Order: sequence, then structure tokens, then C-alpha cells
Amino acid sequence: MNSLLYIDGVTVSFDGFRALDGLSLVLAPGEMRAVIGPNGAGKTTMMDVITGKTRPDAGRVVFGADTDLTALDEPAIASLGIGRKFQKPSVFEHHTVADNLLLSLAGQRAPRRTLFARESAAERLRIEAILGTIRLTPYRDLLAGSLSHGQKQWLEIGMLLAQDPELLLLDEPVAGMTDAETAQTAELLREIRGTRSVVVVEHDMAFVRALDVKITVLHEGSVLAEGSIDHVSADPRVIEVYLGR
Amino acid sequence: MRSRSSLLTFTLILGAALLIGALNLAVPPGAAMHAPDYIVSLAGKYTCYAILALALDLVWGFAGILSLGHAAFFALGGYAIGMYLMRQIGARGVYGSAVLPDFMVFLNWKELPWYWHGFDMFWFAALMALAVPALLASLFGYFAFRSRVTGVYLSIMTQALTYALMLAMFRNDMGFGGNNGLTDFKDILGFPLAAASTRVALLLASALALGLCVLLARFVVASRFGKVLVAVRDAESRTRFLGYRPESYKLTVFVLSAAMAGLGGALYVPQVGIINPSEFSPANSIEAAIWVAVGGRGTLSGAILGAVLVNLGKTVLTGALPDAWLFVLGGLFIAVTLFLPGGIAGTWFIRKPRGARAPAAGVREAAP
Ligand SMILES: Nc1ncnc2c1ncn2[C@@H]1O[C@H](COP(=O)(O)OP(=O)(O)OP(=O)(O)O)[C@@H](O)[C@H]1O
Ligand SMILES: [Mg+2]
Repeated sequence: MNSLLYIDGVTVSFDGFRALDGLSLVLAPGEMRAVIGPNGAGKTTMMDVITGKTRPDAGRVVFGADTDLTALDEPAIASLGIGRKFQKPSVFEHHTVADNLLLSLAGQRAPRRTLFARESAAERLRIEAILGTIRLTPYRDLLAGSLSHGQKQWLEIGMLLAQDPELLLLDEPVAGMTDAETAQTAELLREIRGTRSVVVVEHDMAFVRALDVKITVLHEGSVLAEGSIDHVSADPRVIEVYLGR
Repeated sequence: MRSRSSLLTFTLILGAALLIGALNLAVPPGAAMHAPDYIVSLAGKYTCYAILALALDLVWGFAGILSLGHAAFFALGGYAIGMYLMRQIGARGVYGSAVLPDFMVFLNWKELPWYWHGFDMFWFAALMALAVPALLASLFGYFAFRSRVTGVYLSIMTQALTYALMLAMFRNDMGFGGNNGLTDFKDILGFPLAAASTRVALLLASALALGLCVLLARFVVASRFGKVLVAVRDAESRTRFLGYRPESYKLTVFVLSAAMAGLGGALYVPQVGIINPSEFSPANSIEAAIWVAVGGRGTLSGAILGAVLVNLGKTVLTGALPDAWLFVLGGLFIAVTLFLPGGIAGTWFIRKPRGARAPAAGVREAAP
């Protein structure tokens, strides 16, 4: 099977404590995957490893045909087409919503280019389109720092879309959102589904159910169960460590 | 809007310098409107300080790099021009050597050290005034930023840098005049430094340089590059995950800023007539940071305003109460940090950025 992302036996230790313990996971091109698991299961650490923030002690992370991500740093991995939304919303608060998207648009990243870059008509159109998708059009000229928590989450998703990545990693995208916002985010994710691969980490089971995708359950740094929502929620081990709490 | 305001700043700076120059040269001494010579040289000094402040604001205000060693770049630019001015003295020195500056004759040196060659040419010295600070900044920045040294650690390293340079320059065998530094200059480009017209010309040159630095800085911070800088300042790790390399952005602006500081120093030395190792003293760099903090970091006009106002205060106070100045400066810094975190310009001048207001109430409903 050809995979977009192949995590192969990844282990990460912090002072002897194994945050990831021989984790393996395969993601197909265009697939959306939900990752769930109790606090401290290693979900964020997994994203840290994929994006180059943390180097694993053992194992490989292969992107596309044969790119080993563990040998690359964050900007290089980002430039390959991997975008990430952080657990804690992280936008550029002193820039406007539109400028946040402008800086995220796929394109030249070297200082000598950005010094002379001008916003092209195509870029402006793209920004407007994304503003529509993330429902922030009326806020385009607002400073990102003045947005509500949920809006910041959306803006960050918009920044990911602007990067036009092949793989999106979303760490708890609906944390702190109202029920209405959560439902809209699920809809937003269904809209972008199929166009690119997505890994969503979430605790919100209603949201995960609404996504209706294959689920991977992490526990103590490795995969406990994998399958449809009905399959994993019927698994007694999953109920014991996570759902039944 | 923004670019128009920097054109205004440019015009104001040049206008003020022209006015002072005209009141000095065209109005006879004794007339009420005459600007005495010391006003010309004070204005010239302040202008050079303002260039240093602007340079520091670029890295601190926009990229979050609090350099406490920027006076070193200023002093290096000053030394480069000082070397040119030394060589212009020629045989008119006390020892009458056509080639060797007096202090070298005094040290019994027989020939000019290799690194003094070329400084008899103004263009070369001017180039070095920019290139040497830029080179030092690129070496320092390359290692510091690549190793992800940030915050207070970086500030301490910049202090160490300027301190080390000060100790080195104090040594006679370095060949830069030891603790006396370089002085007794006679003329620049053939014009006597003591002449009022030369001093006015130097003031105008400094004002023009400051004005051009403002325009350059405005171009930089308004560009997409400048937006990335602010993004790096506010959320460095986030920029990495967007594919930017913060270290190369920091390095670029740090080098540009160092060259700008060098330009300030190069214009400063002919006007004050001396450059010595005390210009590298760590306190000088800290003072520059206070100018920027008082004026308002992250605003270009604020940096200039801070440099001028604080130095005006210093001039007045050191005349009246010489011992009080350091306490006043320290108190000022604490007061600004506590009560005026945006500085003068950040608090009073800057219109709220577009959209700092919430959109109309109806809009919020319209957007889900
Ligand atoms: N830099 C670090 N140093 C030491 N321990 C760490 C570090 N990062 C993570 N850990 C530990 O590794 C384990 C896994 O953390 P991780 O953040 O990946 O969990 P998570 O599944 O994302 O949890 P949550 O649902 O709370 O976000 C936790 O026990 C955490 O304390
Ligand atoms: Mg987490």
C-alpha cells in the first residue's frame, strides 16, 4: 500500500520516561484520521516528532515515498507540505487576520525574497477564499490578538489551509469551543476532507463521531486500538483506559 | 499612511538641521536668532545618537532581540572614520611623521600596521565604517541565532561582546591608540573640522543619513520581511512550522542594524573630535536601550524621539547636577517600564492599528 505518512516503531524518552513507545501508524494519501487517548498518551509528542520539534530515540517517520522526516528540521518539514495546528492556539497576535494568512501562504520563505515580495492579486484572492472558508471575512483587518478563542482556532486552521500542505496535523482543534463552534469546525473539516490528509487529535467524542473517520487510540505511547468509532468504542481495553473514565 | 508619516519624519529632521545650520551661519553672532556653535555640535551629536537608536529599535522593537552591545557597532564605525581622520593629519602631527599617527611614533613603531592601510582614502574608511560592524554582527549573529540563544542570555552575550572589545581597544599594542584613542583631528575631505561651515555640513550630512535610515527602516518593517520579523518576535516557534527560518531573519536584520549603528558612529566622531575605548563601555549600550524604551520601541519615530529627549535631559542635568544623571537615567528606565511600556510614541502618537476596534455588533452575528 502506498502511504503518505508512515510512522515506524518510534520511541521518545524524556529522562527515562517513554512518551512514545514503539509507535507505528500508517496514513494513506487523502485520508483523515482521528487520534484519541487519555492525557499524556503521547498524542502531542507524536506531532512533535512528525514536525521535527522532537527527535525520536528510535524509529523512522517516512513522508511520501522515501523522505525520512527524522533527519529534517521544522522549516524543512513545513516546506515539504506538513502543516500543524497547536494544542494552544498560536497565531500572530500583533498582525491582522489577513496578514496572518498572508504570512502562511505557500511561497518563498527566504529573507531576500520576502524583503521585496508584493502581495499579488492571486494571493489576495486566495486570502479572501480562506477567510470565507474559516468564516472570518468580516474580521480580516482585525488584529488576531483581539479574536475570541474559537476564532483564533479557526484562524489557525486557515493558516494551515493557506500553507496548502499535503498533510495537516490538528491538535485539539475544538478545545474551548462552544457546541455550535464545534459543530461548525466538524463541518469545516468535512469540507477539506479528501483534498489532503489530516490527522486530528481530539478528546471531544461527539466531535470525533461527527467526523466519521478511522480512529487510532493511543495509550502510554503506543497504539491500543484502531478502527471505526463503533469498533474502538466497543473494545474493552479502550473503555477501560479512556472512554470509561 | 505609514510611509507618508516617515516622509514627514524625513522632512522634519532635515528641516530642523537646515534651520539650525542657517541660524548658525547666516545670522550674525550676537543677534537674538543666532544659533551658537555648541548648538550645532549638540544637534549633530543627537542626530548620530538617533541613528544608533533607530538601529537598535530595528532589532529590539521589531525582532525582539535586545542587543545591549549596539554601542560597539557605533564605536567601530567611529574608529573607522577616526583612522581616516588620523591619516589626514599627515605631517602636521606633533612628531611630524607623514605616514605614522603620533601614537605610533610614540610607541616606536617603524611602519604602519597592515590594517591601517587604505584608511588614507575616505571612501575606503566609509566603507569599513559599515562593513566592519556588519561583519562582526554577522559572525556573532550567525552563531548566536543558529544556537537559538534568545532573551536575556543573548543580551548578556552582547554585553560581553562590547566589554571584550573595550578591553582589547584599551591595549596599546592593538594599534588603535590605546586608552587615548584617536584624536587631534585636523580636517575631513580637505575641510578644516574647526570651521563653522564644516560643522554645519556635518550636521546636515548626519540629518540626511538619519532621514535615509528612517526611510530604509520603514521599507524594511513594512515589507513582508518586516511582518515575518514581528511574527518571529511574538511567536518564534510558530514561524518555524510555517517554513520560515527565524535565525536567518534575525541575522539579516541584525547585520543591517549593525551597519546602521556604524554609520551613526562614523558621523559622530568627526563632530566630537575623538574616539576612545570608553565608547565601547557596556553602559553606553544600555543607555541606548533606554533611549529606545523611553521613546517607544517598535515605532521608528519613537526611537529618534527617545534618543533626542533623553540626551537633552542628560545635557541639561550633567551641567546642573553632574552626579545625579545616572540615578535619573535609572529612575527613568524603571518609570517607563512600569508606567509607559509603549514608551512616549507607543502611548501617545500611534493611532490604534486599523481594526483594533471590534467590528460593528451586527457583524459578529453574521459571522458564525
Ligand atoms: N518536553 C518534555 N519533557 C518531559 N516530558 C514530556 C515532554 N513533553 C511531553 N512530556 C511527557 O510525555 C507524555 C506525553 O505527553 P503528550 O503531550 O504527548 O500527551 P498528550 O497525549 O498530548 O496529552 P494531552 O491529551 O494532555 O494533550 C506526558 O506524560 C508528558 O508529561
Ligand atoms: Mg496534547
